[in-house]
Amino acid sequence: MTSTTSVLGGVVKRREDPALVQGLGRYVDDIKITGMAYAAFVRSPFAHARINSIDASGALAADGVLAVYTADDVRHLGPLLAQVAVLPRPLLADGTVHHSGEAVAMVIATSRYLAQDAVELVHVDYDPLPAVVDMVEAAKDEIKAHEGAESNILISWEGGPFGDPDGIAATRQTIADAKDRDDTVTVSLEMKNQKLIPTAIEPRSVVAQWHGGYDRFDLFSSTQIPHALAGAVAKTFGIPYNQVHCVAPEVGGGFGAKLNVYIDEILVCFASQKLGRAVKFTETRREAAVSTIQGRGWVGTVTMTGTRDGEVLGYELEGVCDMGAYTQNFTVAIPFLGVFVGSGQYKMPTHIKLDCVATNTMTTDAYRGAGRPEAIYYVERAMDLFAREIEMDPAAVRRLNFVPAEAFPSAISPIGFAMDTGDYVKNLDAMLESVGYEELRAERDAAQAAGRAVGVGITTYVEVCGFGPSGLVDLGFSWSEYGLPSAFSGSGLVRVNPDGTVTVTIGTGPSGQAHQTTWAQLVSSQLGIEMDQIRVIHGDTAESPMGVGTFGSRSAAVDGAAAFEAAGKVRTKAAKIAAHLLEASEEDIRFEDGSAHVAGSPDKSVTWPEITLVAYQPHLLPEGMEGGLEAHSVFSPANATWPFGTHLAMVEVDVTTGDVEILRYVGMDDCGNVINPMIVDGQVHGGIAQGIGQAMFEDAIYDDDGNLLTGALMDYPIPTASDMPSFELSRTVTPSDINPMGVKGIGEAGTIGSAQTIVSAVVDALAPLGVTHVEMPLRPRRVWQTIQDAKGA
Amino acid sequence: MQVSIKVNGQDVSADVEPRTLLVHFIRENLNLTGTHIGCETSYCGACTVHVNGEATKSCTMLAVQANGAEVNTIEGLADGDELHPVQEGFWERHGLQCGYCTPGMIMSSVALLGDNGSPTEDEIRHGIEGNLCRCTGYHNIVKSIEYAAAKMRGEEPPPAEWEEATV
Repeated sequence: MTSTTSVLGGVVKRREDPALVQGLGRYVDDIKITGMAYAAFVRSPFAHARINSIDASGALAADGVLAVYTADDVRHLGPLLAQVAVLPRPLLADGTVHHSGEAVAMVIATSRYLAQDAVELVHVDYDPLPAVVDMVEAAKDEIKAHEGAESNILISWEGGPFGDPDGIAATRQTIADAKDRDDTVTVSLEMKNQKLIPTAIEPRSVVAQWHGGYDRFDLFSSTQIPHALAGAVAKTFGIPYNQVHCVAPEVGGGFGAKLNVYIDEILVCFASQKLGRAVKFTETRREAAVSTIQGRGWVGTVTMTGTRDGEVLGYELEGVCDMGAYTQNFTVAIPFLGVFVGSGQYKMPTHIKLDCVATNTMTTDAYRGAGRPEAIYYVERAMDLFAREIEMDPAAVRRLNFVPAEAFPSAISPIGFAMDTGDYVKNLDAMLESVGYEELRAERDAAQAAGRAVGVGITTYVEVCGFGPSGLVDLGFSWSEYGLPSAFSGSGLVRVNPDGTVTVTIGTGPSGQAHQTTWAQLVSSQLGIEMDQIRVIHGDTAESPMGVGTFGSRSAAVDGAAAFEAAGKVRTKAAKIAAHLLEASEEDIRFEDGSAHVAGSPDKSVTWPEITLVAYQPHLLPEGMEGGLEAHSVFSPANATWPFGTHLAMVEVDVTTGDVEILRYVGMDDCGNVINPMIVDGQVHGGIAQGIGQAMFEDAIYDDDGNLLTGALMDYPIPTASDMPSFELSRTVTPSDINPMGVKGIGEAGTIGSAQTIVSAVVDALAPLGVTHVEMPLRPRRVWQTIQDAKGA
Repeated sequence: MQVSIKVNGQDVSADVEPRTLLVHFIRENLNLTGTHIGCETSYCGACTVHVNGEATKSCTMLAVQANGAEVNTIEGLADGDELHPVQEGFWERHGLQCGYCTPGMIMSSVALLGDNGSPTEDEIRHGIEGNLCRCTGYHNIVKSIEYAAAKMRGEEPPPAEWEEATV
């Protein structure tokens, strides 16, 4: 093995894996409780319709059916709580359905087969209403997604600077003046960033059990935010938060789709309370497509103005963003996250305006990257269009317009946000050098001269993640609407147990990000205790004092910092005890290899079990010291983190079929210091694959009536192994200055950096034909048609 | 209907509804929950088990169709405390993140290596294209299978990629 075993910054094999590779991991659908019943949903076949009547008599008479519930039964509990509730969702459709797949009734039966059978026996009489499915049409307000609504436009986000109308007017004037100059060129294009279905391989699943007499819910859910869910259940049912125990056990992928509170999570609680038995709901894949949130869904027009020698003087993005039929957890806030990073790595005057519109489709919300992949897609495509227009190398144009390294730390972006640290030139140059950019371009030229459609795409990104600062509470970064008015701070509880083992409890809700490994590394580095003595607990509301969850690439940078600091406090106390035992000065105590010794005198040492024994036998402690050996830290970062990077793809297009082959994919990311390079690379691999999925394959397609045509994996092709290349990854390291480890988030970076890189490469390959853009996904038929159109022109 | 199946070397029999899917029989009747359900349409492969030695998607096979067959699931793969080389490869080469596709992916990989002990990268990628993973981008799954293939041939596995590439 070439693996190193260094604690921080070194590869440590995952502690999660032995159970998972043996099929012994416990996911929610694996949980069985005596007497447990099963829920299934009657869903609307219409995108917009009035419900005349619901006849459940046939279902109620069927074998094994315990109950059928409709809006009449649950109206008093609704609507579904959401952190940013603009157009809240009813728990069950109440009089009108607003998207196909919307839940109309819930059937509870003694088995999942019988529950599904009974769904077919519930007769719902509908009167269809006109539906608005397309977001651009919705923005025209000719058909309303909700009858009687004033407008489909729910909210608009504008910058920069964000939240400064006078500043925005000045920016717009600056850009208009630049366009008027004789020596500038302006490029403009409307592009779509299509809607996606997140598609975690584990469908969502939830089990609720009401304990009558104790007035308490036990809840297991495949969620990224167990604390928020517990808060939502408590608030909905009017019971104290500490009477809901929510556990997210193994979670089979999240990607933002499980960063939400869903109606089924509330409704199984309701049914359990009513029926006095545990109730489980596990969605089918087809249900996941229509009742779990979707992502992306923007149509925007970019305009970029600059001089012929490459200086960009203005960038504009105006667009509409599809919110779907209801808002859930963060729905309308997602485009705002796009505005956050809308100017990319660049210093140019930037104006962005995004209208968030309601349509008769499933709700959109956070999907890996959440607003940032969309925004970076637009600015990077614009940068390519501009570079091509002025016939300048795309990497050179980018470098010319970067926010300079000297502006950091806390460089103010054109949108008006302070970015923690960055060195974009260093990162770009590292990419160019490591990949041999000039040779690569020459290789491309030679291939094109030989008649092959080979192209190179190079793009950059910056993201904002690691939420977040306490001050963002006012912008909705809190679980206040779920009854938990805490900021998105990190929580870390580190306890050295009486036997010398360590228990670390954190407020995250991972779904594959190896928190048990990473946090063991963090705490081991502080205490000098072997990792196999450290147990990490996450995703459990009874265990962790507070928790925000795992999303927005926040876990290491926020909850990691909390555990790191808590371990530091434990070390400080242990050092006092060791100093007492060794009759030395506290400042001279060093922790290594499971013991504490006096600096310069390695023989003068005490082991952790010796320290622990004293800590738990207070009469042995120094005068006045409290017993026990544990500490809790809440870490509130001063800023989000702003990772960045450069991605490059080399592709070949088969011009006879339109098929795209990725010849090389290279990532040069910068997420600050790295705790475990293996884990970080794995996050980037998966992120890139999802970005390539959007670029080449995935598309949530509705017909004009609002039926989702891509509800099965056959019609919604996520990448397979044979679609993907091997990835070539490297890093630059620009530590963050807002947390003690200097780390930044990495969960979403790969996705944010990749879709436009593929499009850029394909357009480069087809540029000799006069192609300047191809809409995603770049499936063979579309690429082939683009080639034909270009030839025809 | 009565079904009798040898599962992980043990004879089991049960009275099941004729429509019971093999995956539900394995998960619900036998409590072997390592076999997962991801799509119910034979597309994602999370439910892959071996039926008479062949990698088979158990979500679209009836339990009664497996009557008299030998079925092996992920739980039967390790030899006591000793992981199968493919399980070891996934651990050594970070071939999993959330772990949900992993049992099916491993069962397919074992079948693949049974057919071809020295697959090329391309053969590995095509060999597992019936199993979907949303976390890894497949990069490290390919490395995991290459590790296992070498081990099963009695060779030293190719080195890991973990050398830090800091510029």
